[in-house]
Amino acid sequence: MVTIAEPVRKQPVSRFRFILDRRDVLGALFVAPAILYVFLLVGVPFLLAVYYSISAYTIYDPSWRFVGLSNFEQVIQNPVFLDTLGNTFLFTFGSQLLGLILGKFGALLLLRPFPGRKIVRALIILPWAVPIALASVAWEWMFDSLYSVINWTLIALGVIDRSNAPNWLGNPHLAMLCVIVVNAWRFFPFAIVVFLAGITSVPQDIIDAATVDGAGFWRRNYQIILPMILPIVAIGLIFGIVFTFTDLSVVYLLTNGGPVNATSVLGFEGFQVGIVSGDVSHGAAISLFMLPVLFLVVIGMLRFIRRREI
Amino acid sequence: MAAVLATNIVKQFDEVLAVNGITLAVPDGEFIVLLGPSGCGKTTLLRIICGLERQTAGDLIIGGSIVNDIPPRARGVAMMFQSYGLYPHYTVRNNIAFPLRTQRASRAEIDRKVKWAAQLLGLSHLLDRRPRQLSGGERQRVALARALVREPTALLLDEPLSNLDAKLRASARQEIKQFQQRVGVTTIYVTHDQVEAMGMGDRIAVIEHGKVRQVGTPAEIYNEPADRFVATFVGSPPMNLLARNDAYLGFRPENFLPREMVDDGNGGVTEFSFRVDRCEYLGSERIAYGVIEGFESPQLITAKLPPAHVAEESIRPGEWHRFAVRNSALRYFDHDGKRVNRS
Repeated sequence: MVTIAEPVRKQPVSRFRFILDRRDVLGALFVAPAILYVFLLVGVPFLLAVYYSISAYTIYDPSWRFVGLSNFEQVIQNPVFLDTLGNTFLFTFGSQLLGLILGKFGALLLLRPFPGRKIVRALIILPWAVPIALASVAWEWMFDSLYSVINWTLIALGVIDRSNAPNWLGNPHLAMLCVIVVNAWRFFPFAIVVFLAGITSVPQDIIDAATVDGAGFWRRNYQIILPMILPIVAIGLIFGIVFTFTDLSVVYLLTNGGPVNATSVLGFEGFQVGIVSGDVSHGAAISLFMLPVLFLVVIGMLRFIRRREI
Repeated sequence: MAAVLATNIVKQFDEVLAVNGITLAVPDGEFIVLLGPSGCGKTTLLRIICGLERQTAGDLIIGGSIVNDIPPRARGVAMMFQSYGLYPHYTVRNNIAFPLRTQRASRAEIDRKVKWAAQLLGLSHLLDRRPRQLSGGERQRVALARALVREPTALLLDEPLSNLDAKLRASARQEIKQFQQRVGVTTIYVTHDQVEAMGMGDRIAVIEHGKVRQVGTPAEIYNEPADRFVATFVGSPPMNLLARNDAYLGFRPENFLPREMVDDGNGGVTEFSFRVDRCEYLGSERIAYGVIEGFESPQLITAKLPPAHVAEESIRPGEWHRFAVRNSALRYFDHDGKRVNRS
């Protein structure tokens, strides 16, 4: 006969002995540093900026007097600000578009097997990894009015004449083109990585099926692969847009906003007004302008991704 | 006329010889199964036929013309993949319409053919769904509809049932076969599952190490295997092999029965002394594993016994029994494994 029921002895156990085995306790413990970090380094400065933007705070008169939305009103009425806003959009979307196109082609090239592919894949990350301050020095020389290697090449090829060689950073339109190109150059390794991740995640069977179904290179790429990787690309693009929209490093290092504010972007303008000129409240108001714009862009793109989810 | 004719096809991947001189003719309307273990080159051959791989040597003729250098889209073949390869961002309707769009068919024609294919495979109510909203069986039918909609010269199927569960697989087997007979399309079907091969193929080509070992009807493959590989690869449990001198003697487990159950017929019988080591009861049959006195064998000898006729007590593990095989059921193989008529 088998005995089923036996007396059960209960061992006395301390309440805290297995406390770290509890998911709720351990989870909270692991997440706490991140929350603290985000709160201290993102939350506090953000709340401070919000308060600055509705006060009359300057470094010469550090009063916390509440002035409502008048800082914003004054900022909007400034024609330089409106130019800056336009520049920011042009700079952001221009460099993202150029970066995405370069990234797509770069990814397609890097997917093909060729000798030394691994080294090239590693090197391609360089523009992203090199400190932008360092890279800007090189770009500045390339765009220099006297020593530009680009002009030198164009003159040597007979495309342009020495007497009317373009002054890349001196002409308002060319200067904007320059900062867009440099920022796209900085962004495209990231775009390549995103595209590579996307394209390699498309099952080979689907690509083969499309080939047998009669799709050539373009149809395969634009009707099958691209729609399938669109959610991944959109995530990459959100990152790109947010970082570029709020970035001032390329502009600051290459053109200093010039000539005549032609390349000034929101981040740069906020820095100039708030830090360099010491008008903290107006600087904060300029910088906070980015928030609703970015918020709408991100919401829109996330909705798009959800709709496209496969 | 052969719909698909492969002559001496060779495919070399760097170090690996995947296909080693395969010649195969598939007549119009035939359902041929390429059967072999994984890595034997059957899928590579299929990919060569549809043009996803270029053979290293040999000619491929589809519908009467040499297609060696013709891209897949111009070969007039359709392929259904193991994972179906459905386009996840398209609806069922657009999945089926895709091959027609690439051919720049008119909208009216696309509509008509999509309806035809959907009706044929019972997909009419699913046309506006996405692949992820379908069950495994439905996905498989969509893939089949997409393959058929442009009326290919040959339909290539690469292990299409391997993603289905066992129960669904049986009904899908039936469906594909019935459907192929109704449409009459030449079909080349790749599988490693001998049940699928035996049940569906008009003919079977058994492939091993990139070579065709035998082509024949399921009955020929089973009853008259051309060599030891075919004999032991087809059939479950496989054919018993006994080493004798430098050659082999083979017989199927269902022909290896207790002496009293084998009637002498006109060819006589061969008797063996069989020690049963283990028995498996499988409902409709009982399988006895053991060794035969006086012979060496590469694997355990199996006997497939009908439980209705052989009482459980009469065959006990650990005992020696008199078993026999009718002489007409014996097969002989030479030392290279090739089948010979009599040794």
